[in-house]
Amino acid sequence: MTKQIHLAAHFPGVNNTTVWSDPASGSQIDFGSFRQLAETAERGTFDFFFLAEGLRLREVKGRIHDLDVVGRPESLTVLSALAAVTTHLGLAATVNSTFNEPYELAKRLSTLDHVSNGRAAWNVVTSWDAFTGENFRRGGYLDKGDRYVRAQESLRIVRKLWDSWNGDDLVLDQAAGAFAREGAGAFADDGAHFTIRGRFGLPPSPQGRPVIIQAGDSDEGREFAASSADVIFSRHGTFEGGQTFYKDVKARLAKYGRTDESLKIMPAVTVVVADTDADAIEKAAYIREQQVSGPTALVLAELLWGRDLSAYDPDGPLPAEDPVVGSSVTQGRVGYNDPFPIVSEWRAQAEAHGWSLRQTVINQQNRQTFVGSPTSVAEAVNRHVQENAADGFVLVPHLTPSGLDDFVDRVVPLLRERGVFRPEYTGTTLRDHLGLQL
Amino acid sequence: MSHGFITAIEIDGAGGDPGAWRGPEVDPRAILTGELAVRAAQRAEAAGVDLATFVDALEAPDDVPDRVSVRLDALGLAARVAPVTQRIGLLPTITVTHTEPFHVQASVATLDHISGGRAGWIAEVSTSAEAAAVIGRREPAPAAETWREARYVVDAGRRLWDSWEDDAIIRDAATGRFVDREKLHYVDFESPTFSVKGPSIVPRPPQGHPITAIRVSTPEALEAAADAELVFLPDSGVLSDQVLELRENARRSVTLAGPSVTLTSDQVVGPLVLVSAEVRPHVDGVERLASSIEEWAAVGVDGVQLRPASLELDVPLIAEQLLPVLRERGLAGSGQRGGSLRGRLGLRRPVNRYARSVR
Repeated sequence: MTKQIHLAAHFPGVNNTTVWSDPASGSQIDFGSFRQLAETAERGTFDFFFLAEGLRLREVKGRIHDLDVVGRPESLTVLSALAAVTTHLGLAATVNSTFNEPYELAKRLSTLDHVSNGRAAWNVVTSWDAFTGENFRRGGYLDKGDRYVRAQESLRIVRKLWDSWNGDDLVLDQAAGAFAREGAGAFADDGAHFTIRGRFGLPPSPQGRPVIIQAGDSDEGREFAASSADVIFSRHGTFEGGQTFYKDVKARLAKYGRTDESLKIMPAVTVVVADTDADAIEKAAYIREQQVSGPTALVLAELLWGRDLSAYDPDGPLPAEDPVVGSSVTQGRVGYNDPFPIVSEWRAQAEAHGWSLRQTVINQQNRQTFVGSPTSVAEAVNRHVQENAADGFVLVPHLTPSGLDDFVDRVVPLLRERGVFRPEYTGTTLRDHLGLQL
Repeated sequence: MSHGFITAIEIDGAGGDPGAWRGPEVDPRAILTGELAVRAAQRAEAAGVDLATFVDALEAPDDVPDRVSVRLDALGLAARVAPVTQRIGLLPTITVTHTEPFHVQASVATLDHISGGRAGWIAEVSTSAEAAAVIGRREPAPAAETWREARYVVDAGRRLWDSWEDDAIIRDAATGRFVDREKLHYVDFESPTFSVKGPSIVPRPPQGHPITAIRVSTPEALEAAADAELVFLPDSGVLSDQVLELRENARRSVTLAGPSVTLTSDQVVGPLVLVSAEVRPHVDGVERLASSIEEWAAVGVDGVQLRPASLELDVPLIAEQLLPVLRERGLAGSGQRGGSLRGRLGLRRPVNRYARSVR
């Protein structure tokens, strides 16, 4: 059977994928930027709009990293505002389960779900590090191994609160003077991380409860997603890597009594569209040059090597030293658990092509996922979905806020022609768009 | 700078009267979609009301079957209202007792960005066992303790709003630098119950500091109100004494704080004081209310916060009948003035304490 593609728009983030130096690049903070990209996504009948989260500004060698976009607004507040200016688009907020309490998460996300008539999603992320913790009451207090325990428990309790009202608890009988049944929303829980009790003051929204998104890639993260998530936001955008990941995660669903359709796998991808394939390849190379300046190349290499490489010339050869695992040269960014094979690969490629450090970073690290004419991109996107490398994609544009215009105007119509993407919204809630049952 | 007499309305459920939701004019589902709040804010804005406040508490409303026992998060609701209003100020109530100061300031800063500089917040504490139990992190604490912490949270929040200088974002393509990191500041804030490193994740809000308000419910709150820019005082026999006390406290705080660069001249004269009153013009008419407001103005308050019994019945009367009467008597502005909430309230944009020019 032909699968329907799911698409989401990622607001450009605070890493070097986002090109801020381009004259077409707009504010990362003005509401107008969020509104414009959301309206583009809704014009393209996307499933949802996705916001990442920041809890501490990134640092390199003890100083705030200044080469990428810095700073962003708080997700749930922006999305609640976007609910007012969109009608169908899902609204997905990344919110940390380590530095928020389940009751607050449940209340804030449920509010977004209500004011958007059932379009909210929560991307559950975790932290444990003391660096981020310095901005919070608790500090960095979790063992790395404990973060999924807390996240699991947090999500379980948040769901419990969302489900704390029965179907007929909200009465709304004006004549009889019955607003809700007494006792509706009562909850109590006693877990390893939380002991709470009380009453939850919001009934289910039109979609029942917000959609759960999960992005972890470790074995624990995959298991967490298989047990509890509706959508996986993965990093496996290549065809083969996508298929392997897809198979692995879907195979974990049965033991939780879940069907393949109940979990959508949506890798984050970048797209470059131009009139012809050749034009697109040229445009993609130009964008990568913009994304990786000499200083940015050094910083990205420092993240991989875990070493201070400021003595190196980005236009010279690769560092000769071995990488260091677990260094704090770069803070506030996910590092590499095993950098050695990647460094070996970079060295081999650099030698084979005669690349400098910067050229190596440009070619090894910032390759766009889909590059081509509208037809080529539509075919590639569709092939990935039909052949189970993905159920759809989270598109990460390099420009704020116009970065998805080409895709929506030129590729989406072709997907619709092929009958693999909705020509218009058929439902009103995000669960409707994703084809998810409660 | 000066301001006219300030008017505010409070938004909660279907209104302050527990039975308001039962009226035939009310669609009770519109409480949960936020449509009642949107309509009230739009009506108030059109009539020239200066700001809307949004009620909230950590715990759910009382579990009484014939009352509205649900409540949206005030911050989310204010954000929902922001894009469909243009001039009215938006002040959600945010509890600081069991929550993270870093998140609170980031959320309010964000509301200021998305509303084009119309944000404020009502800093509230929680002493109840119910609120402590839904979060489950600490035992409930008495008012003195929670308000002491709240004052630290307000202070930390303002420092975090200053942790980005206004011109920190430089987008200097020549050097490849997006920000000038000399203009981003660690706040290194320490208090007995929390610490925050900083800087904020959100660039400095359009107003510099969104408006911090305190609702006076206890003597401890009255003391803490010296730190606020806006204070809601209940109507009572001791109103004029409280107004005097507030202004005296504010003067004393300034003296204690010494020659701090953080206080603007606006804070030296003390917070703006609004009398808070539950009103039901659909029952009482607007004449008596207008007279009460005149009396309050004579005591020296800066404005009034009206808490309508029914949003659907009373806000239209406030808009169409009360405001014109107040305007005639010089007790309300035209309301057509745009710009920031600070501008509307006659408050200056605070100088950034970390900016080089004032160091």
